[in-house]
Amino acid sequence: MNNQRQHTVLEMRGITKRFPGVVANDHIDLELQEGEVLALLGENGAGKSTLMNVLIGLYRQDEGEIYLRGERVEIHSPSDSANLGIGMVHQNFKLVRTMTVAENIILGLKDLPFVPNIREISEKIRSLSERYHLKVDPLAYIWQLSVGEQQRVEILKLIYRGAQILILDEPTAVLTPQESTELEGILKILTSEGKSAIFITHKMDEVMVFSDRVLVLQKGKLIALRSTSGTSPQELARLMVGRDVLFRLEKEPCQPGDVVLEVRNVKISDDRGLPALKDISLKIRGGEILGIAGVAGNGQGHLAEVVTGLKRPQEGQIILNGHDVTRSSSLEMIRSGVSYIPADRIGMGTVENMAVADNLVMKGYRKEPISIKGILNPKQITEFAQRMINLFRITTPTPATRIKFLSGGNIQKTILAREIDACNGLLVAVYPSRGLDVGATESVRKMLLAQRQQGRAVLLISEDLDELTSISDRISIMFDGRIMGTISSDEAEDEMLGLMMAGIPYEQLPSENAS
Amino acid sequence: MRILFEKRQSISHRAIITVPIVSFLVALLLGAVLLLASGADPIKTYAAMAKGTFGSMYSFSETLVKAIPLMLTGLGVSIAFRMRFWNIGAEGQFVWGAIAASGTALFLNEYIPSWLLLPSVIMAGVIAGAIWAGIPAILKAYIGVDETLTTLMLNYVAILFAQYLYYGPWRDPEGYGFPGTALFPESAWLPRLFGRAHFGLIFAIIAAIILWFIFLRTRWGFELKIIGENQTAAKYLGIKIARNIVLALFLSGGLSGLAGAAEVAGVSRRLQTGLALGYGYTAIIVAWMAQLRSIPVLFVAILLGALIVGGDQVQMVMNLPSSVGLVLQGLLLFPMLAGSLFTEYRLRLIRPERENSQIDAKVES
Repeated sequence: MNNQRQHTVLEMRGITKRFPGVVANDHIDLELQEGEVLALLGENGAGKSTLMNVLIGLYRQDEGEIYLRGERVEIHSPSDSANLGIGMVHQNFKLVRTMTVAENIILGLKDLPFVPNIREISEKIRSLSERYHLKVDPLAYIWQLSVGEQQRVEILKLIYRGAQILILDEPTAVLTPQESTELEGILKILTSEGKSAIFITHKMDEVMVFSDRVLVLQKGKLIALRSTSGTSPQELARLMVGRDVLFRLEKEPCQPGDVVLEVRNVKISDDRGLPALKDISLKIRGGEILGIAGVAGNGQGHLAEVVTGLKRPQEGQIILNGHDVTRSSSLEMIRSGVSYIPADRIGMGTVENMAVADNLVMKGYRKEPISIKGILNPKQITEFAQRMINLFRITTPTPATRIKFLSGGNIQKTILAREIDACNGLLVAVYPSRGLDVGATESVRKMLLAQRQQGRAVLLISEDLDELTSISDRISIMFDGRIMGTISSDEAEDEMLGLMMAGIPYEQLPSENAS
Repeated sequence: MRILFEKRQSISHRAIITVPIVSFLVALLLGAVLLLASGADPIKTYAAMAKGTFGSMYSFSETLVKAIPLMLTGLGVSIAFRMRFWNIGAEGQFVWGAIAASGTALFLNEYIPSWLLLPSVIMAGVIAGAIWAGIPAILKAYIGVDETLTTLMLNYVAILFAQYLYYGPWRDPEGYGFPGTALFPESAWLPRLFGRAHFGLIFAIIAAIILWFIFLRTRWGFELKIIGENQTAAKYLGIKIARNIVLALFLSGGLSGLAGAAEVAGVSRRLQTGLALGYGYTAIIVAWMAQLRSIPVLFVAILLGALIVGGDQVQMVMNLPSSVGLVLQGLLLFPMLAGSLFTEYRLRLIRPERENSQIDAKVES
């Protein structure tokens, strides 16, 4: 939709938003043209959602201004943004399941009569849904609708309220391929009517399909603005994961020992029954770090849960130190010395309302002398916690402070301390330095290298190419539940990593790259 | 001036003690307004209540008679609530404890040596209560059935079944038609400490101490705490969630069953009408007022027991309806819920000058 006369409908200038310890948005500029789909691309934690939350008034920016059709606007709340014609379809739909489509659409509207005329409203919805090809029955209950239909209700809700700018937060994450194609058509119609859309995603192929222009964010900074027709998935992949080299870590040469973990032809489906891992095989030796590169959502999370016993593969085998552990529970895996640094630090890695000391002891509490015959020894717990706090340089007022009051870096150090102490063989780390500042990132990476030095096998899942190439020995690239290829980190080049992350297997790489 | 609520970095122990006390005083004030409106003298009424509940050894023993089942059910409920398992079925678990205890006392006394009869009666009550709580726990833990519905519905099953028993097959043939079973044999009586206050008090104190120890110092208590706070983390840490929920609910129901057994073996000495007085529901208030902590449950139970007895007293002495006690019980909950904010949050007053100077500092920098 490259109109000759372009009107800027929305402009965000120099938006900065700081959270304790993090700059989530660092002087970001965004311009949205009338009738265009602008993709906002970036890995998790890049600041996409923060920027959009500023736009719809959930957050207030620390610096920067927002202009709507050239006029400066102040957005203090979601109702302000709704009045200005800005609406957002959240990833988790905000619909009342026991109410009808029509009821959900008018829910919260202020200028309704006491008894709304549902028939009239339904007619209006019906005509809107025909006009925009948003096929949905206004009198159907939400619980009767598929996920794709529910998303259409969310879009209808915004259009009904007169939204001119629609923000879609990872809209395809919950859709089937067919529904995604339908969404593409819907967006075409919306933009042809002069509405504009901002499309949040971390998938390059979606950018190519849906958007006119793309804005790439990385660690809170605006990295690039491209017209979609003038870029490629490979370039986007490289821009998104970034290459700003923060520091160089000293790495001893790899001295691989015996095979610690072997994954053979593992397959698993996700909660919706769609295949998440399609025939994955890999081997890690002691004293070796195997990096898994790939854009989030290509099966990395399932891989981590399968090798830590949290999920059982539907097919294939997992061998740990020569024993078949395919059917082992997570507790048995913990007992065999498998440690896991999960991607979700707050939701999974820690119990936020419990003390730092308690969180540190959450793996070791089963062992003597911390507990003897089921009875905990508080003195031992405090001593252990104090030792970990000193060893891993965790900054906390006291060991009894609840962990949620610590910074992200210190929360991660607490998890690392606990997991490294409990580790005896295999360490699985997922996005271990995501969202951390430079100092914390460096210490996390050093700790992983130290584990390798001690002869442990490390499975490092990361989106950060710099992290992968600087500390891992080999890198496997995952795409759509498969491994596209495994290369030594010395021969890894951005271009070739980018191609494989975009779904091109190693064997099919152009020869100048595969050399 | 601006008022700011700030989350506390660690829980305030002072607030844990002061909040219930202040809440109680606020409830008394609110109750006074109500009493004045209905033409009664609040001070005289409260004095009558206090005298009738703590005024003599006898009246205190009556308060304890009401407090003992509240202590045990309150402890039971608080374990379940700590796991975020909304067991509102303490009433049914209590009634089942009473039924099983009565059945053992009445029909198994010929087969059990007399020295073993009382322990068997009590154990039967514990097991029956545990099973009654175990059913919804298993349904919840393994197939995700909502526990609020199952525990609540099972209450009616238990209460009506007890009624069927003492109106029907278990009715004392020599009871002149009174709905109740025959008196238990003497070897099944729970000894009394003073007045009608029975040995159940000792059970409650021991149970509270054991629970306190479990949550403070045992591996199992540590795992229960983690499950209650964050199930995803618990799963990741290799803790068996379903099994632990079921075990905790066995304990929870077992305590309510113990309360029921102690009630029939210690107070009425038979299963009879007027058993299900709602202790299992009041237990929910007890548990929350005690902030799900076991030792405070004992004291809160005495307080609420006193409100029940005090209500009866004002009816007799002041000619007021006995529901005054229940009204006060209800009024207690509001300041309590409002006050619980202060254990988690701290109130900070920010004066405008300071705020301005902060802004100035920001501008300068």
